[in-house]
Amino acid sequence: MTASHPTGAGPTGTTATRTPLIVLSWLWVGLPFAYGVYKLIDNVGLLFK
Amino acid sequence: MGFLDRSRIIAPPDWSRWLVPPAALSVHLAIGQVYAWTVIKPAVEVGLHLTGTQSALPFQLGIVMLGLSAAVIGTRVERNGPRWAMFTSLCCFCGGLLLAALGAMTQQFWLIVLGYGGLGGIGLGIGYISPVSTLIKWFPDRPGMATGIAIMGFGGGALIASPWSTAMLTGFGMISTAGKVAVAPPNAIALTFLIHGVAYAVFMTLGVLLVRVPAPGWTPAGWIPPADSARRALISAHQVSARNAIRTPQFWCLWIVLCFNVTAGIGILEKSKPMITEFFRTTPTPVVAAAAPGFVALLSLANMLGRIVWSSVSDAIGRKNIYRLYLGGGAAMYLLLATFTNQSRGLFVVCTMVILSFYGGGFATVPAYLKDLFGTYQVGAIHGRLLTAWSIAGVLGPLIVNAIADARTAAHLEGPALFTLSLYIMIGLLAIGFVANELIRPVASKFHEPPSEATP
Repeated sequence: MTASHPTGAGPTGTTATRTPLIVLSWLWVGLPFAYGVYKLIDNVGLLFK
Repeated sequence: MGFLDRSRIIAPPDWSRWLVPPAALSVHLAIGQVYAWTVIKPAVEVGLHLTGTQSALPFQLGIVMLGLSAAVIGTRVERNGPRWAMFTSLCCFCGGLLLAALGAMTQQFWLIVLGYGGLGGIGLGIGYISPVSTLIKWFPDRPGMATGIAIMGFGGGALIASPWSTAMLTGFGMISTAGKVAVAPPNAIALTFLIHGVAYAVFMTLGVLLVRVPAPGWTPAGWIPPADSARRALISAHQVSARNAIRTPQFWCLWIVLCFNVTAGIGILEKSKPMITEFFRTTPTPVVAAAAPGFVALLSLANMLGRIVWSSVSDAIGRKNIYRLYLGGGAAMYLLLATFTNQSRGLFVVCTMVILSFYGGGFATVPAYLKDLFGTYQVGAIHGRLLTAWSIAGVLGPLIVNAIADARTAAHLEGPALFTLSLYIMIGLLAIGFVANELIRPVASKFHEPPSEATP
């Protein structure tokens, strides 16, 4: 993950303390998305039956 | 505006930009539900005793309102910031679903049209452009990838909502026989809308709470804006307002590019089921009706992957080159389809998948193309105005394919002959789009904002 900082300033902080929030927020959107992709791939199988 | 104000969401120095894509996705995955209307539509038709044309109204109005609200409210969205926009989108989209629930419960179809299509459509427009322009500002080094993530989410919304809505409708009492809805109690439809409205409100709240805008002058650590080169000549360091952008030939060339690229893709998407069955009906290995949903799912997968993959590739090879591929490559795929028709099922599936991946890629790459040409100042508002091309294409693509297929059916033609003329028309449209893309040059300096004006 890239640390972000204003131009010209040094790395004024780290994203390490944000890691749990990053993981949680990606899970929040990733799990429903994974469910949708799983159902989609399940349907693709119909074409090859 | 307090909590919703742009000044309240300026990111602290230790904020990670990787928190912004989930914020954007929480909105796009929700509003992408609109593409799952095809699942709710038959239930509404049976439950409220409507014709197919009537039951299509909420979706059609929703797409029209998406384009209109993005175009009209785009500048305000830029000014007020993404938290305000996401919250407004949440209120409109989820409020629309709740209104639709009331309409289904009281069997007042006009309430469903007004709620889902009217109010919900405004939520779609605001929710579509705001996360995209925010991501562009956070990822100046990879704008194609960033917009690809969000716009892939919009496609992904239907993947989540389709099976979920079907499960809910069935659980609340909808009965289907031989793949067709036989019984759909209005209360089942109302409960489905109600749960959608509440669940999506909770889901989108993450975006409202999490979204941040970068502090003025922020750039990614270690990133140095690339120096001008031949390939990057189109990437402007200047800013252009939405008002000025629509006065440039570049905007209208891009409008044509988007319109015809979408028309070409949507033509296939609209008729994918009958197309594959008709193409191979007279061959020794026909595609049975039960397999057609598998083909549709495969196209959805290509559409979704095209959004993230091609858009990310555009960061490496440039926006103009990737549209050369979408338009030129798309025309080549259509030519293969028209030439080899039903000689190979594999070739048919591969060509249509590539076309759909270019269709998705075209949607996802266009905000980054706008950013290259007009800067980040009002890119969301400019994107909103450009989406009118989508509204036109949404009518044009199905109109061409359906009108030709109907006329040829009336002339007792069958098989690939129903579609070949449409395929050649799509090649022509893609060729026009290709020329329009070639005509795009850097924006003239007279349209640039003075540096002091161009601070978002």
